[in-house]
Amino acid sequence: MDPNLKNQILMNIILMAAMLLGALATVMLRQLVKAAIALAFTSVVLCIIMFKLSAPWAAVFELSVCAGLITVVFISAISLVKPATEEERTAHMRFKVRRYFLLPIVLLVVGCGLSFLKINPLPVIAGPEAISDMRVLLWGPRALDLLGQILVLLAGVWGVVVLFKEEK
Amino acid sequence: MNLLALLMPFGIFVALIAVVGLYSLIVTRDMLRVLLALEIVTKAVTLLLIVGGAVSGQMALAQTLVLTLIVIEVVVIVVAAGIVIAVFKHTGSLDVRRLRNLKG
Repeated sequence: MDPNLKNQILMNIILMAAMLLGALATVMLRQLVKAAIALAFTSVVLCIIMFKLSAPWAAVFELSVCAGLITVVFISAISLVKPATEEERTAHMRFKVRRYFLLPIVLLVVGCGLSFLKINPLPVIAGPEAISDMRVLLWGPRALDLLGQILVLLAGVWGVVVLFKEEK
Repeated sequence: MNLLALLMPFGIFVALIAVVGLYSLIVTRDMLRVLLALEIVTKAVTLLLIVGGAVSGQMALAQTLVLTLIVIEVVVIVVAAGIVIAVFKHTGSLDVRRLRNLKG
């Protein structure tokens, strides 16, 4: 195998392992704030992978929105709820040890199963009509998506306004 | 073939990250942790879309879809966080077992 390709595969595996560790830290960490920061770390690693796979636009959105905005939303939500007492934390840890002991086994089974599975995918070749410029695609054939996004955003804003409306 | 060799490890790791999120989604009882688990699953889907775009050579289309996914993800998380805060104000707890108002 070409040494350059080998290095690239190794680099990809390191990045993916970092992302998996970030995901594990997000679900396993005891304090919610630390879990939210671990989620931001996962987003940053995902952003690096996107840059490496030549998806800079999606990477920039991932970094600014998912690693930035969503972390802020999570930390705001965490600060608005009451912090857990020491008793609740101890109970939570006991619950975690009891409930999460199966997770490494499930991960091992899925990982080994997929590694040994003989997958032989056929290379997909882009059709001649494939548009390579994202801006042309977004404002042309996929313009309806933008309308959908605007409607979803408006629905979200309306939902938050209704949720936090002061009673008269 | 080189491209496929380069991208094959992504498939396995995407599945593992999705498993972490789904497992946490099933076992957790804290509402904010449910949202965190949902985020992890969404990250796996986002990566799968980008890898799909790289394999098929249609990266522009994949990026467009990821953009839409990110917008939907943010709106879902913001509204869900609002609901969690409202429920906390109402019940004083983040435990999903306390939400028994509609239980028959």
